[in-house]
Amino acid sequence: MEHTRSLTALGRSGRIGPLIVKLLMLGVLDSVLVFLALILIGRGDWGILVIVTAAGLAINWVYLSKRALPAKYITPGLVFLAIFQVFVIGYTVYIAFTNYSTGHILNKDQAIESLLSQSQSRVADSHQYPVTVVRDGDAFGFLVTAEDGTAYLGFADQPLAPVDATFEDGTAVAAEGVQSLQYADILANQEAIFDLAVPAGDSAEDGWLRTLDGRSAYEYESSREYDAVADTMTDTTTGVVYTDGGDGAFVAPDGTRILPGWQINVGLDNFERAITEPTIRGPLMYVLVWTFAFAFLSVLLTFALGVALALLLNDPRMRGRKVYRLVMVLPYAFPAFLGALVWSGMFSTSFGFINQVLLGGAAVPWLTDPTMAKIAVLLVNLWLGFPYMFLVATGALQAIPDDILEAARTDGATPWGIFRHVKLPLLMVSMAPILISSFAFNFNNFNVIYLVTGGGPRDTAASIPVGFTDILISLVYKVAFTGQMRDYGLASAFSIIIFVVVAAISIVSFRKTKTLEEMN
Amino acid sequence: MSAPATRAHLPRSRRRRPMRTLAKHAAAIVASAFALFPLLYVLSAALNPTGTLTGSNELFKSVGLDSFTRLVTSDQYPFLTWFKNSLIIGLTTAALSVFLGALAAYAFSRMRFVGRRPGLLGLVLVQMFPQLLAVVAIFILLTEIGEIFPAIGLNTHAGLISVYLGAALGVNTYLMYGFFNTVPKELDEAAMIDGAGHARVFFTIILRLVTPILAVVALLSFIATFNDFVIASVVLIDADQQTLAVGLYRMVSNPNYADWSAFAAGAVLAAIPVVALFLFLQRYIVGGLTAGAVK
Repeated sequence: MEHTRSLTALGRSGRIGPLIVKLLMLGVLDSVLVFLALILIGRGDWGILVIVTAAGLAINWVYLSKRALPAKYITPGLVFLAIFQVFVIGYTVYIAFTNYSTGHILNKDQAIESLLSQSQSRVADSHQYPVTVVRDGDAFGFLVTAEDGTAYLGFADQPLAPVDATFEDGTAVAAEGVQSLQYADILANQEAIFDLAVPAGDSAEDGWLRTLDGRSAYEYESSREYDAVADTMTDTTTGVVYTDGGDGAFVAPDGTRILPGWQINVGLDNFERAITEPTIRGPLMYVLVWTFAFAFLSVLLTFALGVALALLLNDPRMRGRKVYRLVMVLPYAFPAFLGALVWSGMFSTSFGFINQVLLGGAAVPWLTDPTMAKIAVLLVNLWLGFPYMFLVATGALQAIPDDILEAARTDGATPWGIFRHVKLPLLMVSMAPILISSFAFNFNNFNVIYLVTGGGPRDTAASIPVGFTDILISLVYKVAFTGQMRDYGLASAFSIIIFVVVAAISIVSFRKTKTLEEMN
Repeated sequence: MSAPATRAHLPRSRRRRPMRTLAKHAAAIVASAFALFPLLYVLSAALNPTGTLTGSNELFKSVGLDSFTRLVTSDQYPFLTWFKNSLIIGLTTAALSVFLGALAAYAFSRMRFVGRRPGLLGLVLVQMFPQLLAVVAIFILLTEIGEIFPAIGLNTHAGLISVYLGAALGVNTYLMYGFFNTVPKELDEAAMIDGAGHARVFFTIILRLVTPILAVVALLSFIATFNDFVIASVVLIDADQQTLAVGLYRMVSNPNYADWSAFAAGAVLAAIPVVALFLFLQRYIVGGLTAGAVK
């Protein structure tokens, strides 16, 4: 490498083009990173700032130094790998220790601001401000004439600010860049306009302006008051004092919580809930059992059918072998998500092809009965998966040397004996790694479950959205992204169970491949 | 049973042939029917003009292209946009994955450096953890990225492609590494003696010689992206941004009430390019899959 490096340097000298391209790309990257750093400083995210700065310096060093040749080639992919494969796994673990969920998305400051703006009541002695409703694209706003006769413009997410306006009878009626609404437009959009609260300043304590008729606006203020010193939220209309309950929300003395709350670290709470709450523990247990059963049975069934068909079609004298092979590979070529969706329609109890045509009008509850739904997803997965096993087994069979089979036959072995004692053991040796990786794949085979049954039929006794054909990964998806309550923390805790199982599988797999290499 | 028969055995198996041959063909036909009927069903449903699930049960009863017209002119479902999105996302991901993977494989195959073996081992390890396991974290991360850089945040194609590229090294590098090793080193050494730099060797010599594996990896990556539902459904929110997998799922989330034959038409259109590519490159794909799984 010493030798080549000097030659490389020689070869590079005198070619200025690539150097310019490299510097330009680095320049673009660096300006993006500086921009990002400024934003991170503004938000006070010091931890991320340190990481971003270190990564930025490292990348610059790699591409400016002459010593880091391998790193020049590995870094581009490594950046994506680090963020979207390695970091997200660590981030999942972090989320599993928080209460991140619907109602606990914001940080505490954001939650307080949101609570203050939630409850607005009209200031009793408010001045009546003449207002012209305006729009800027999709957003509605107010053009307000203040008591001193000057004009202010503001939107829902943009507090009132002075603006140059056209006046008519002392009232601001139009401003540059925004479109003033006519009475008919106001009527057409009255719901959005009556819901509109334009902030008077940057903080919720400054209050808002709202209109009830589209012509005049009144001052509104929050009926809640936040006391930063005592860390309490007071409802000024009822006088109830809410305190930080320690679980990411303000709580009244009688136990009522007000939402939105905020994110906090909850330690092992999510894991504890998964193990101790019966309405979660029960489903988690049967999901875990079914995940293993589904993966194991899928591998077993596809392997059995694939090998059987490979044996069947391995006879060179059989006519039409090529046609059979082509047809049997088709399900594998068909996009898997489409296959799953088509089967889901064919399984429909009262209208589907399988009940109506193949079973002559039977009413088998393929997707609504827990047991039948399990059979249905296994059948779909058999259809999707057997061609792959068939292809691999065909290859493995053809690799078995003829003389071994010949020797067995000479010794008087029956065809079954040859299969059982010669072909199958040899097949198992060459296909074992594939069986393991197939198990790992089916362990997380989300598409087959979610697109065929949606994990259903739904278990109504459970407190999380879960059904009787759910496997772990579809459970994670449903807890995090479907249903009223999106519980990211609990879903991440479930993900960690999958990490552990997958890690165990990979250890087994490595041992297996190592033994195979030794055998060779 | 299936081994090539030698002369000595031929007469005996000839004698038993008719019954056994018949049984073999019967079994093969049953298996073929199992493989084929869902595909025939979806083709028939696509050509059926009526639209409902029940109406699709009589295979090839009436044939027409009505459902195709209904599908592409639908106001409710932007099918052509989905198709375009799937192609853009799939092709971009495939091209960039191949490029990133090839760069890394070149380094691992041609250079000797500290951390090379642990690096290779690490890639194999990482490959065991598919990205969908971290779908929650990916969603939250993209939401936060979107607050700073909306162009690569949630609901953008660039954001989704970036996520997919996170898997590029883990899945592809090891597969490519093996193939790169089969290209004789003497070739690049000769080029270097003639004054070519490492970049020139990579782009003009190595990449040309490893084209078959580049094609296989690109195709596998395209098919994986095309089939992905989990991450795409979480990242892409607006109907106009979605891919075929997400869009077609929404279209038939309740098959009993959906325009089933329009969906079937969409399925046929979506499947044609993938099936054609697959059958065309079948031999390479199977070889690649086996190699990837064994190593």
